[in-house]
Amino acid sequence: MGALELRDVAVSYGRRQAVAPLSVQVASGDWLGVIGPNGAGKSSLLRAVVGLLPAEGDVLVEGTSLSGLSDRERAARVAYVAQDPLIPDDMTTFDYVLLGRTPYIGYFGSPTAHDRAVVAGVVDRLQLGPFTDRLLGTMSGGERQRAVLARALAQEAPVLLLDEPTSALDIGHQQQALELIAELRREQAMTVVSAMHDLTLAGTYTDRLVMLREGEVVAGGAPADVLTAERLGEVFHVCVTVDVDADDGAVIVVPRRGFPV
Amino acid sequence: MRAERGERAWTAEWTDRRWIVVAGATLLGAVLVGASLGPAGPVWWRVPLEMLDRLPLVALDSGVTETEWNIVWQIRMPRVLLGGLVGAMLSVAGASYQGVFRNPLVDPYLLGAAAGAGLGATFMLTTGRSVTEGWPIDPVQFVAFLTALLTVAITYAVGSSFGGVRSGSTLVLAGVAVVSFATAMQTFILQRNLDVVGEVFNWILGRLSGATWNDVRTVTPYVLLACIVLMLHRRHLDVFRVGDDEAASLGVSVARTRLVIVVAATLGTAAVVSVSGLIGFVGLIVPHVIRLMAGAGYRRVVPLSILFGAAFLILADVPGRMLTSPAETPIGVVTAFIGAPFFIYLLRTRKLV
Repeated sequence: MGALELRDVAVSYGRRQAVAPLSVQVASGDWLGVIGPNGAGKSSLLRAVVGLLPAEGDVLVEGTSLSGLSDRERAARVAYVAQDPLIPDDMTTFDYVLLGRTPYIGYFGSPTAHDRAVVAGVVDRLQLGPFTDRLLGTMSGGERQRAVLARALAQEAPVLLLDEPTSALDIGHQQQALELIAELRREQAMTVVSAMHDLTLAGTYTDRLVMLREGEVVAGGAPADVLTAERLGEVFHVCVTVDVDADDGAVIVVPRRGFPV
Repeated sequence: MRAERGERAWTAEWTDRRWIVVAGATLLGAVLVGASLGPAGPVWWRVPLEMLDRLPLVALDSGVTETEWNIVWQIRMPRVLLGGLVGAMLSVAGASYQGVFRNPLVDPYLLGAAAGAGLGATFMLTTGRSVTEGWPIDPVQFVAFLTALLTVAITYAVGSSFGGVRSGSTLVLAGVAVVSFATAMQTFILQRNLDVVGEVFNWILGRLSGATWNDVRTVTPYVLLACIVLMLHRRHLDVFRVGDDEAASLGVSVARTRLVIVVAATLGTAAVVSVSGLIGFVGLIVPHVIRLMAGAGYRRVVPLSILFGAAFLILADVPGRMLTSPAETPIGVVTAFIGAPFFIYLLRTRKLV
């Protein structure tokens, strides 16, 4: 039994099918990357899993189907970081991270000492201590990205979905953010699913990949098996060479001049 | 580290309480000022004394005659209390609307409460007169209240029939369309009944003068109910600040919660608008001033909007009755005159962090 299991999950916008029925199991503590060209259905898939889009099929977290759960129960099992999160400029980091506790607070309730302690712990862990009382609008892109991650971690959900977690960051902050996610998932045996554009980052950090094209799965498996120059040429219409690091198995995709064969 | 954190939480709570105390004191002061000042009646400083005298276990000679006290109690007090109720309601409704629609330019009239009330009142003042003679309640107020609610219901129905209630902006746009339609109908009725234009205009401008205890009793239950519901949803308003999608991913039932908040704010707004007319500016400006002073979290903005909104409208009503006595300056004019420059001042001086 995987920590996260998708059974024939499909998404349609009216008649157009954005994601064809897709089944996948992710073991506890694994990191699954979802890759594919723009419009392939990566975001739709993640949004369907978190319940933001109506979808067919079934999503199970630790064996429990999400379809029978209330909104709050679902949010306690799956945390989600949007591709372009709406960040209220005039909210403090602490209050923002505290929103991650929403699934645990009753309809008319208010945050408890435990909720505040969880938030304080997450803030410490992500080294946001100096920013606790700072307004988000006054912080840099990298700092805000950490605040968004902190909010998702405060949700204490076993499954974390990340939609293009690093697309707005420079190369250094991209690496720091992904290293942080890698560390956190080891520490907390968290299951991570992320949609990613950068194929080298996807090949370096994830355990398994699913490649989508026009809503259909074209390949799935270990990064080295999925990311072949031939397949990338076919799916992304790009000319690349692919190297696999002999030591750690990281897959490095290098764009080359020319047209795909 | 841990001690520092405890201190932090404690400081935040203490700041919350301090703001509530400041706002409560301001409101109390506003009530005293509003009750003490007026073109007729006793010398102003005797009024608080007389009030003290009327408390149990207190006896002092304030020198206020029974007739003078009647002016204070029968004319000024209902006006002050109605002003407080209207100010509180418009401010907290404005803050809540701004919250659920994440739009700083939204005011409580956005979804058609004011346009609907205006249409209903216009209809009653022009054509409905003969029908309603001998009604036990004020027909203009009653019909304005109903049409206000009906108009917002239409906006909601139109807005959610396409695009769905997941998207707040669809509702806002539906509001624009419905408001234009209601206003056009009102203009049409007015144009055919030019003899009552003055009366209708006076109604639309909004007024607290002539307020009776009966008016106070009419709106109190609605305002009370709306304020309680909105107070209970201030945490949800904070979750709405991260957007509909992320609020939903955090376990909030976005459409349902938004509906509850909008219904509460609209019910209260319709009640106060049907009694006091369209007092503008309050619902837009008071919540913003509070955000600039006390921070943007709804944990504070909601209760402070109630208290400061009440105080603001009570005080704004004072110059109106003093300056151009015996003819009155419409309160909507006063609120804009005081509010706009103060708001610009705050925008200029505010600093982030």
